[in-house]
Amino acid sequence: MFNSLSDRLASTFKNLRGKGRLSEADVDATVREIRRALLDADVAVPVVREFAAAIKERALGSEVSEALNPAQQVVKIVNEELQGILGGETRRIQMAKTGPTIIMLAGLQGAGKTTLAGKLGSWLAGQGHKPLLVASDLQRPNAVNQLQVVGQRAGVPVYAPHPGTTSEFDDPTGDPVQVARDGVATARAKLHDVVIVDTAGRLGVDQELMKQARDIRDAIAPQEVLFVIDAMIGQDAVNTALAFQDGVDFTGVVLSKLDGDARGGAALSVASVTGKPIMFASTGEGVKDFEQFHPDRMAKRILDMGDVLTLIEQAEASWDKAEADRMAQKFADQEDFTFEDFLAQMQQIRKMGSMKKLLAMMPNAAQMRQQLENFDDREIDRVEAIVRSMTPHERVAPKIINGSRRARIARGSGATVSEVNQLMERFGQAQKMMKRMAQGKGMPNMPGMGGGMPGMGGMPGAGHGGKKKAAKGKGKKVRSGNPAKREAQLKGGGQKVAQQGSSFGQQGSTFDQDAMNLPKGFEKFLGDK
Amino acid sequence: MNDSLILILFIALGVIVLGGLAFVLLRGPRAPKGGYPQTRDADDVAAPPAEAPEAPAPSRPERPAPVAGRLVRLRARLSRSNSMLGKGLLALLSREKIDQDVWDEIEETLLMADLGAGPSQRLVESLQTRVRIEGTDDPAHVKQMLREELIRLVDPSMDRELALDGAGEDPGVVLVVGVNGVGKTTTVGKLARVMVAEEKSLILGAADTFRAAAADQLQTWGNRVGVRTVRSEQEGADPASVAYEAAETARREGADTVMIDTAGRLQNKAGLMDQLGKVKRVTEKVAPVTEVLLVIDATTGQNGMVQAKVFAEVVNITGIVLTKLDGTAKGGIVVAIQDELGVPVKLVGLGEGPDDLAPFDPEGFVDALLD
Repeated sequence: MFNSLSDRLASTFKNLRGKGRLSEADVDATVREIRRALLDADVAVPVVREFAAAIKERALGSEVSEALNPAQQVVKIVNEELQGILGGETRRIQMAKTGPTIIMLAGLQGAGKTTLAGKLGSWLAGQGHKPLLVASDLQRPNAVNQLQVVGQRAGVPVYAPHPGTTSEFDDPTGDPVQVARDGVATARAKLHDVVIVDTAGRLGVDQELMKQARDIRDAIAPQEVLFVIDAMIGQDAVNTALAFQDGVDFTGVVLSKLDGDARGGAALSVASVTGKPIMFASTGEGVKDFEQFHPDRMAKRILDMGDVLTLIEQAEASWDKAEADRMAQKFADQEDFTFEDFLAQMQQIRKMGSMKKLLAMMPNAAQMRQQLENFDDREIDRVEAIVRSMTPHERVAPKIINGSRRARIARGSGATVSEVNQLMERFGQAQKMMKRMAQGKGMPNMPGMGGGMPGMGGMPGAGHGGKKKAAKGKGKKVRSGNPAKREAQLKGGGQKVAQQGSSFGQQGSTFDQDAMNLPKGFEKFLGDK
Repeated sequence: MNDSLILILFIALGVIVLGGLAFVLLRGPRAPKGGYPQTRDADDVAAPPAEAPEAPAPSRPERPAPVAGRLVRLRARLSRSNSMLGKGLLALLSREKIDQDVWDEIEETLLMADLGAGPSQRLVESLQTRVRIEGTDDPAHVKQMLREELIRLVDPSMDRELALDGAGEDPGVVLVVGVNGVGKTTTVGKLARVMVAEEKSLILGAADTFRAAAADQLQTWGNRVGVRTVRSEQEGADPASVAYEAAETARREGADTVMIDTAGRLQNKAGLMDQLGKVKRVTEKVAPVTEVLLVIDATTGQNGMVQAKVFAEVVNITGIVLTKLDGTAKGGIVVAIQDELGVPVKLVGLGEGPDDLAPFDPEGFVDALLD
């Protein structure tokens, strides 16, 4: 199957080469492909219908027919339209003017509300707030327990006066409305500035429970009612969202389980049907796997394109200012990159969270998804062990590391000599790259990407022989650019080739348009500062 | 500008270097040449017993409701939850003339049931062909045809029996798998009640060692009907060892069936999928796994297909349980899955009550769609 929308469009457009402009029939075929891609991404049917009409109108305009590469142009339009629906601005939590800010969570069973309560608590605590979690889910067996465990992991206090049910067979006894009310009162008394109320999962058609949710809402008058929805949800997203809008009139949406491979078209459906912004995304099982929602990135995901911006942003968020200044100084003085710097760098990167996720966000990472999935973050510890087995002198002056020193380092770190060699080699390349960048030469074609990434794919790594080749070939293709890619796709016609060229080919051509090999996010930073 | 640019480059560089290296090191620790002489190191601590004492069964286990009346409830519920699809189609098909717009709308209505783009299109096309061949525009007739086509898609001739008995002395081994939050443990509990109602002897294995209190939840289900639950005392124990213990216990005690509940895992987590493969492999050292049930939530959209494919690859699923069908979701994705992978839907979950699990009946399912 074709993976991304751009591949589909490329295959639609391949018959159009040589034609001067797009006819209406061509556009119709294109719109059909878009419609299909959106349906495959679980975007709701009425939304798709509306959307396809809007795209068609724009695609018939001059911006497409006069473009050099109509497929790219159409993808760009689709992307823009998607972002438009998903909401342009990232919406933040509205804080109460006086007293605690009350946030209520609602959603279907199994959407991930309780887990999210912990994540949200931890996230708010990280921003200097003092949140309190309130266990108002007295319905689901062990929900109160789970919230307590989650709260503990997140380091956030939990208000749970009622034990809730512990099995499917106990009848829920406590009054969740009262618990919510008491929770808010407790927060006020103990000076918590944010209260997060976890409620039971309920079906949209369950009038009784929906009324209960409304009662909770009326009792505590929350500033924000967040509707938690599973990214895997299909066409039912619209019904559910509307039911919850009627029931509790939520103010924002949280997408959960975005770490799966669902494309999350539900995001588009919910945003478009209810007009409510999507505020957060939950991306894993740990309490830190939680991010603000970014419409542009979600648009790319629905279309199955990549994501670099998050990486940069995470870097900025967790980067130590003093360290950055020190590096900048070093950079300006064109000093050598040493293992000491490397250690510091490693520590910083670790602070940014899971290495696996960072790697996955790098451009072209899609090719290595399989290897990435097998990647264990503890591997970094082994790299660190090797560096730590060097003497301070060796770290500052790596040149003195000779054969016997290498053997010693390998013994000291429990690695093999060849692993130490690999590290040295890679480090040498990094050093060169740094130097070149410092001299201002490296910037335009970013040898870091060209040199580093194919190397990564080409590593003997998980022993995927075929994979390795593909990744290397891709590195070359980045430079060869668009025509080559399209030819390959045309010649192949077969799905396999199209797929391999897919996410990569897409990126390659975007780079070409940007006239340099920098990932998309970079120019934003170049631009606005 | 310069500051943040340097910073970004710096980080990117670090990520690349580390990433590259980590891939080298990914091979992990290797065994010494010639392999290890023993299975344990000299300084190894003795393995903790995986099997913990089971909780005593309650003295008076309750009898679950009989299986027979369930289908009636299924129909009642389905006709409620799916009335939109049924009515929408009927309204369409009772028009005077059947033109392209009508076909488009039929297709969209099918899409809305999460049937997926491919199957919906195929269904409409075959319906179109039939209408053309038979030259009819009588709505009642078209409705009949639609029903036939839908039934053909759902394929009633598939074998939907649960393979609950093993060959010879072996117990039947049922493995229940799925992504997070679809209702696996609940399904195991409900299925246990069905088996008890059919007077089968049964052992439950709580191989969900990850989620807090999952084993407790399963044990509560078991205790209610007097079924033993094999579980691990430690949290985070190896699920494969718990599964093995459960199968071993079932074999030793001559139980008919052992049912193993596994932790929810997203299908794109390779490590967790490997773990699941291991659970199956290790269990098969005791007795062949006779039934692998994939639990899918009715609200799941097209990702359900990916789930089914990946789980099929890893543990070769033999049946699907469609849960949460009591909401507004229609669960049409199972039709697509069945169509593509040939794995039949065997059971449907219809609500939160302990006996809300029914065998899947294709004709009833389609009838309920169209009634």
